[in-house]
Amino acid sequence: MTEIDTILVILAATLRAGTPLVFAALGELITERSGVLNLGLEGMMLTGAVVGFIVAVSGAGVVLGFIAAMAAGVLLSLIFGYLTLTLRASQVPTGLALTIFGIGLSAFLGLSYRDKVIDGVTPIFIPGLSDIPVLGRLLFAHDPLVYLSIALFIGVSWFLYRSHAGLVLRGVGESHDIAHAIGYRVIRIRYLAVAFGGAMSGLAGGYLSLAYTPMWADNMTAGRGWIALALVVFATWRPARVMLGAYLFGGVTILQLHLQGAGFAISPQLLSTLPYLATIVVLVIISRDATKIRRNAPGALGKPFYPGR
Amino acid sequence: MLLRLEPRALPSRWIAATSPLIAAVLTVIGGLILFAALGYDPIAALYTFLVSPVETTYGLSELAVKATPLLLCAIGLAVGFRGNVWNIGAEGQLTMGALAGGGIALAFPESESGLLLPAMIVAGALGGMAWAAIPALLKTRFNANEILTSLMLTYVAIQILSYLVHGPWRDPAGYNFPESRQFQPAATMPILLEGTRLHLGTLFALIAVGLGWLLVERSFTGFQIKVVGLAAPAADYAGFSQSRVIWVGFLAGGALSGIAGLSEVAGPLGQLNPSISPGYGFAAIIVAFLGRLHPVGILVASFLMALLYLGGEAAQIKLGLPVAVTGVFQGMLLFFLLGTDVLIRYRVRWHSAAAGDKPA
Repeated sequence: MTEIDTILVILAATLRAGTPLVFAALGELITERSGVLNLGLEGMMLTGAVVGFIVAVSGAGVVLGFIAAMAAGVLLSLIFGYLTLTLRASQVPTGLALTIFGIGLSAFLGLSYRDKVIDGVTPIFIPGLSDIPVLGRLLFAHDPLVYLSIALFIGVSWFLYRSHAGLVLRGVGESHDIAHAIGYRVIRIRYLAVAFGGAMSGLAGGYLSLAYTPMWADNMTAGRGWIALALVVFATWRPARVMLGAYLFGGVTILQLHLQGAGFAISPQLLSTLPYLATIVVLVIISRDATKIRRNAPGALGKPFYPGR
Repeated sequence: MLLRLEPRALPSRWIAATSPLIAAVLTVIGGLILFAALGYDPIAALYTFLVSPVETTYGLSELAVKATPLLLCAIGLAVGFRGNVWNIGAEGQLTMGALAGGGIALAFPESESGLLLPAMIVAGALGGMAWAAIPALLKTRFNANEILTSLMLTYVAIQILSYLVHGPWRDPAGYNFPESRQFQPAATMPILLEGTRLHLGTLFALIAVGLGWLLVERSFTGFQIKVVGLAAPAADYAGFSQSRVIWVGFLAGGALSGIAGLSEVAGPLGQLNPSISPGYGFAAIIVAFLGRLHPVGILVASFLMALLYLGGEAAQIKLGLPVAVTGVFQGMLLFFLLGTDVLIRYRVRWHSAAAGDKPA
C-alpha cells in the first residue's frame, strides 16, 4: 500500500510540476503558429512571477496576483511585438533581449520581497470525486490552476483546429504574404498571438510564485521558459503533444527530487541536471528527422513580414 | 497618427555606424526616468552609475578587468552570429573553461613550474571548445536547435561547477565554504600594472580582437561564414559547407569563452567558487550585437557593458539599489539598439491613417 501511495504522490506532483510548462508552452505554441518566434519566455515568466507575488503579498489577494502576472507578461510581450512586428527587428535577438531584460527587471523588482511568504493557492477537493480511492487523490484534489491548464489545452485545441479564427491564425503563420493578399491583417493577428503568449508565460510564472512554491527567489523559473520552448518543437507544434511533453518533464523534475529525498548516492547538483539533459535528448530524438520538423513547423516562423512588397 | 516605414534604396551606413550611440543615449534617458521613478535624484544617480566608477585610474583599470571576459566571449560569439549560428551558451562554455583550467591548478598544488599557467590556459580553451562541440555536433548531425541545446548545457555546466566546489574540489581548510583552495602564484595570471587587478587575460582579449578581425574580415573562411549568414541558398549554390560554418562558429565561441572563464578564476578570483560569472556569457550576446558583430565595435561595446557592471556595483554600494539594475540597463540597451536599427533599412514617415497594416 505504501508503494502505491508513493507512486500516487509522485504522479500528482508530476501533474503540478508540468502545469507551468503547459501554460508557457501552449502560449508559445499559439505565438509560433502565427509565425512569430518569441525566445523571451524565461523573461516574461520571471516578471510574471515577481509581479504576481508582489501584488498578492501586498494584500490584493491571489486572484489579482494572477491577473497582474498575466498583465506583466502581456506588457513585456508587447515590447517584443512592437520591436519585431512594427519595427521589424530580428526576432531571435529581440527575444533574447526580452529574457535578459526580464531576468534583470524581476530581480530588481523582487529585491525586498525575497523573505516574504504567502499562503498561496490551496487545492480544491472536488466533493464526492476526490473521495474515490486512488484516482480521487490523483485527479480531483489539485489547485484550480491545474484544472485551468487542462481547460486551456482544450480551448487551444478547439481554437486551432475547429474555429475560423484558428484557421486564419494558422494561415498567417504558414504564409503571411498569402494571408495578406487575401485581406487578413497579418500584423494585428500576430500582435494578438504574441500578447496571448505573453499572458500565458506570465500566468506560468505566477503559478510558480503563487501556487507551486509560494515565494519569490531570483531566477526561480530555473530555465523552465527555455524548456517550454523546447517542448513546442518536441510537440511538432501540436497541443496534445505539448501536454505529453510537459508532464514528461514534470515527471523528470519530481523523480529527481524523490531520488534526492530517497538518499541516492548521487549529488543533488548532478541530479538537478536531469531535466536539462532530458530536454537535449528529447530535442535530438525529435529533430533527427529534418523533414518532419520542416513539414510541421509553421512556414513563416521567424520570418519578418514586409507588407506590400 | 501612425508611423510608416519606407524602405531605403540602400542601407544607411551613417545610421549603421551611429545607431549604437543613439541606443546608448536612449538608454541613459531611460535610466534617468527609471531613477526618477524610484525617487532618486536622477542626475546624481546617473552620475553614481556611469561616471563615479571611472573617476580614478584604479576605476579605469577595473573597467578593463570587467571588459576582458565580455570581450573574449563576444568576439567568439560574433564569429558564429555572422553565419546565423546561435550559440547562446557562452556562459556554460566559460564555466567549463574555468573548470578545465582551474582543475589543472588544483591537480598540481605543489607546482611552481612556468608551464603550469600555459597548460591551464590551453585546458581552459579546450574545455570551452569541448562544451561548445556538443551543440555543434547535435546541430550538424541531428539538426537539433542550437539555441536550446547550448542554453540547456549552460544550466548543466553551472550545476557541475556547483557540485565540484561543494564536493570533491572543496578546500578542506576552507571552513566548509563551497570554494576551492586559492591557486598558488604559479597558477595565477601575472598582473600587468602594479597596484591594479589588470591581468594577462586583458592582453589575450586584445589579441582575440585582432585574430577575430583577421578571421572574419580577411580570411576565406570568414567570407564563407558571412555568405552563409546573409544568404544561405547562395552559400549552398557556391558549395560552402553549412556544417563547417557551424563548427567554426561554435569552436571559436567555445575557445574564447573558455579562456575568458580561465582568466577569471586564475585572475581576479584566484579560486573556483559557485558564482564565477555574473552572467558575462549572456551579456556578451548584447556586446556582440552592440558592436555590430565587428571586432573593433565589440571592443568599444565591451567597455560600455563593463561600465554597466561597475555602475551596478556602485549603485548598490552608494545608493542601496539592487545590483540587478545592471540587467535592466543591459536589456534596455539591446531593445533600443534593435529598435533604432530599423532606421538603417527604413525611413520613418508619419501618416494620418494606418497604412502599414492595410490589406492590399
